[in-house]
Amino acid sequence: MSKQYETVIGLEVHVELATKTKIFCGCSTEFGGAPNTHTCPVCTGMPGSLPVLNKQVVEYALAVGLATNCGINQYCKFDRKNYFYPDNPQNYQISQLYLPICHDGWVEIETSAGTKKVGIHEIHMEEDAGKLIHDEWEDCSLVDYNRSGVPLIEIVSEPDMRSADEVIAYLEKLRLIIQYLGASDCKLQEGSMRADVNLSVRELGAPQMGTRTEMKNLNSFKAIARAIEGERKRQIELIEEGKKVIQETRRWDDNKENSHAMRSKEDAQDYRYFPDPDLTPVVISDEWIQAVRDRQPELRTEKLARYQKEFSIPLYDAEILTGSKHMADVFEATVALCGRPKEVSNWLMVEAMRLLKEKEQEPDDMAFSPENLAKLIGLVEQGAVTRTVAKTVFEEIFANNVDPEQYVEEKGLKAVSDEGALRRTIEEIVAANPQSVEDYHNGKVKAMGFLVGQTMRAMKGKADPAAVNKIVKELLTGGAN
Amino acid sequence: MERRADVSILEMTAVELGRKIKSREVSVVQATKAALEQIKALEPAVHAYVTVDEEGALKKAEEIQKKIDAGELTGPLAGVPVAIKDNMCTEGMLTTCSSKILYNFVPAYTAEAVRNLEKAGAVILGKTNMDEFAMGSTTETSAFGVTRNPWNPDHVPGGSSGGSCAAVAANECFYALGSDTGGSIRQPSSFCGVTGIKPTYGTVSRYGLIAYGSSLDQIGPIAKDVTDCAAVLETIASYDKKDSTSIPREDCDFTSALVDDVKGMKIGIPRDYFGEGLDKEVKDAILAAAKVLEEKGAIVEEFDLSLVEYAIPAYYVIASAEASSNLSRFDGVKYGLRAKEYEGLHDMYKKSRSEGFGPEVKRRIMLGAFVLSSGYYDAYYLKALRTKALIKKAFDKAFETYDLILGPASPSTAPRLGESLSDPLKMYLGDIYTISVNLAGLPGMTVPCGLDSRGLPIGMQLIGDCFQEKKIIRAGYAFERSRKYQGPAIAADPKAAAAQAQRGALCGNAREWEAAAAAADKRPADVGAGKEVRS
Ligand SMILES: [Zn+2]
Repeated sequence: MSKQYETVIGLEVHVELATKTKIFCGCSTEFGGAPNTHTCPVCTGMPGSLPVLNKQVVEYALAVGLATNCGINQYCKFDRKNYFYPDNPQNYQISQLYLPICHDGWVEIETSAGTKKVGIHEIHMEEDAGKLIHDEWEDCSLVDYNRSGVPLIEIVSEPDMRSADEVIAYLEKLRLIIQYLGASDCKLQEGSMRADVNLSVRELGAPQMGTRTEMKNLNSFKAIARAIEGERKRQIELIEEGKKVIQETRRWDDNKENSHAMRSKEDAQDYRYFPDPDLTPVVISDEWIQAVRDRQPELRTEKLARYQKEFSIPLYDAEILTGSKHMADVFEATVALCGRPKEVSNWLMVEAMRLLKEKEQEPDDMAFSPENLAKLIGLVEQGAVTRTVAKTVFEEIFANNVDPEQYVEEKGLKAVSDEGALRRTIEEIVAANPQSVEDYHNGKVKAMGFLVGQTMRAMKGKADPAAVNKIVKELLTGGAN
Repeated sequence: MERRADVSILEMTAVELGRKIKSREVSVVQATKAALEQIKALEPAVHAYVTVDEEGALKKAEEIQKKIDAGELTGPLAGVPVAIKDNMCTEGMLTTCSSKILYNFVPAYTAEAVRNLEKAGAVILGKTNMDEFAMGSTTETSAFGVTRNPWNPDHVPGGSSGGSCAAVAANECFYALGSDTGGSIRQPSSFCGVTGIKPTYGTVSRYGLIAYGSSLDQIGPIAKDVTDCAAVLETIASYDKKDSTSIPREDCDFTSALVDDVKGMKIGIPRDYFGEGLDKEVKDAILAAAKVLEEKGAIVEEFDLSLVEYAIPAYYVIASAEASSNLSRFDGVKYGLRAKEYEGLHDMYKKSRSEGFGPEVKRRIMLGAFVLSSGYYDAYYLKALRTKALIKKAFDKAFETYDLILGPASPSTAPRLGESLSDPLKMYLGDIYTISVNLAGLPGMTVPCGLDSRGLPIGMQLIGDCFQEKKIIRAGYAFERSRKYQGPAIAADPKAAAAQAQRGALCGNAREWEAAAAAADKRPADVGAGKEVRS
């Protein structure tokens, strides 16, 4: 490959908002109800039903827009996007085309190549569709409208990204902002954040953009990175072979690590957008914008600075702690309970991160309560459990959210601080290992470590290591020292 | 003996009947039975109803009588039987929009306007015939057969609320609800010699009204006189959070405007409404009505409204655009008609909609889809929206000078059956005096003002500025004092109706149609045998 190519990427990110009710009716947005139980005449498109806008949706969209430096259309409207499909009960989706709520924003991203701004073209509000389920047994399709009318925002970026790294950094940035705002949990796997990748390549320095494709069905950051790499290669190959890239929508298959065309621009539908006459324009006052600004919670950048200053936590650690809103929440709640930020940070940074990695989980998946971690830290501090025991207890907290006080009691893991009992055990061990005693006296200091280890094993880790050390040394040196 | 008593009940207005019910001179059951008997006697000739709920109405009548006796219902309409246009959802009662595609649709909820009536103690007799999805001006586009004008069965009752207006004129109910998107209350009221109001957009909730043109649709009363219309409008008007276009109003005490006094009221007569195309007899009757108001002290002047000729194209673009989207939900997936045989989803859509919709509905869906298509949106839809804004401005300007605008409701009296359908463009042009009122969101009322030489009713239209229903009610009421309500002959003479019925075989209601169609195997008896999604 003699020529140098540049990849140009823009993203369309759909985010499911964390409202309790749907965008145009009072139905619950909760996951997992029996099919068609979170529905009403409005979200099933019954004749005569009318949509009424959920104000919280505007509030969240505004918050995201403001946090991403967008301009706000203080007079915005909803439009109907007309297309026939059974998951769409009215056969039109209520969305925003002509006057979306937010426009022309940006976020700053950081990659190994440095920092850069990624432009946001617009953010608009819209409703989600229902779900089609194919019944193989009956050979028919069924529709579940529980998701129909769940509020979404679509964040459309400018074509400002040049690599998979930048795309991931941009998505991470958006995810953190939105999570911190409480506007969504942004879980790619569960579909509460979905990204479509628009990608084109051009010869480096070429003034014009190449023909772009749109890639759908990307369910994880890893899939996104693989899809970008795959599509970049595919397009370059086409160009090198003197063929043309066709403007089309492609579907990524992450198992096969390739994509196939879904539909080309030629058979793109005419959605016949027009303003929805059932909804009045949304008028957003200066006061409303200010109120949303005032209510804006502490975002990551501010938290990062505060952790370093208030808790004297090093930058690297603070970055990990604030790398997920949930992790930061657990950290702060635990600190509030036990008042030991460094200790809490250590448990999360070392033990929690290790377990997450082992279990291939994300920080958002941590399900234990801050109370239990705080209690464990308390037990260690009191000397009620040894650090060794504490680690295994933490594993139980992490996996099953056990109450450490109860667990330690039940399993008999309390540290033995009764010196008499400890001394008797050590005396037995010293007596049983005359060779080690001799080695110690011959200058092999390591022998003492062996005896301490034997003691700890005999005590099943419950002994306080400091006390064991002290007694072993006394016995070896014959008393006062 | 009893028959005569019932005839005298049937001739009462809704408010008169309400009063007699309150004073225990007439019972609710008695009134309901009288209406049901009238329906039985006249329906073969008129066919105003798609569905008659005899059992439900009688049961309801008993319930309401008990509530009245217990002092729980005291309003002016308590116990008075009503007919509802078949595009308003009624829980548990077939709601078809006079379309095959909804031939079996039974809503799970009731339209807000109808609920307001129910709260006031209304007895619902049934659902009235209409142009399919309210698209038409004659009630001939109904999938369940035409409705005949009670004044002359060879003529149409007008539309799209033709069934409601014919039912009121034929004494087959004491009042009715209609809906008006481009004149669908005012024009048939004019053709049937009854009174009807299209309120200011946003006054009556549209929740549960199956939409035609959402930005234009408004529910309103149809009755024998202005007093009834004011009382009904007062009852159905409400701010409804379920309808985003609903407007909170503090001035819905419309009956307070029933005052016989128009002294000093400035009434404008648009010259544009009296030019070419207006029937001479209609023109004379309207000008004579204006004279009556003038004699009562109103100041009547001619003026130029302008832009009148642009209203029709703007209306048909906007209403059809909205309709093309509003009606896309009727697809055979969730409810209503599904084609019997199809291959795959696309074919199911195509066949269900092809079989389910009539030609006029298809025409407007295609027109609407066309004006919204990319490349045509600006030239048609946006231009129509701009025209709409200009028309509103022209009215605003007129209302700086005038309290009211007076004109005809239609260029002619009721045409003969079949005359309009052959020439849709001509039918569209017939809406010229009513359409701009919807485009500007204004209130308008039709009040009968005479008969033509063929004995067909003529209606005068009074148009007010937004929220000025009281002015049109006041003027209409004052005018009405000058004359006596006159109904068609058959209303008082069921024998004449039987004779009329002989003159033409008429299609029955939706259920009969369903049975007939199933028998002819045009359509599966178990429509939607695949899977239906229910909530
Ligand atoms: Zn719902």
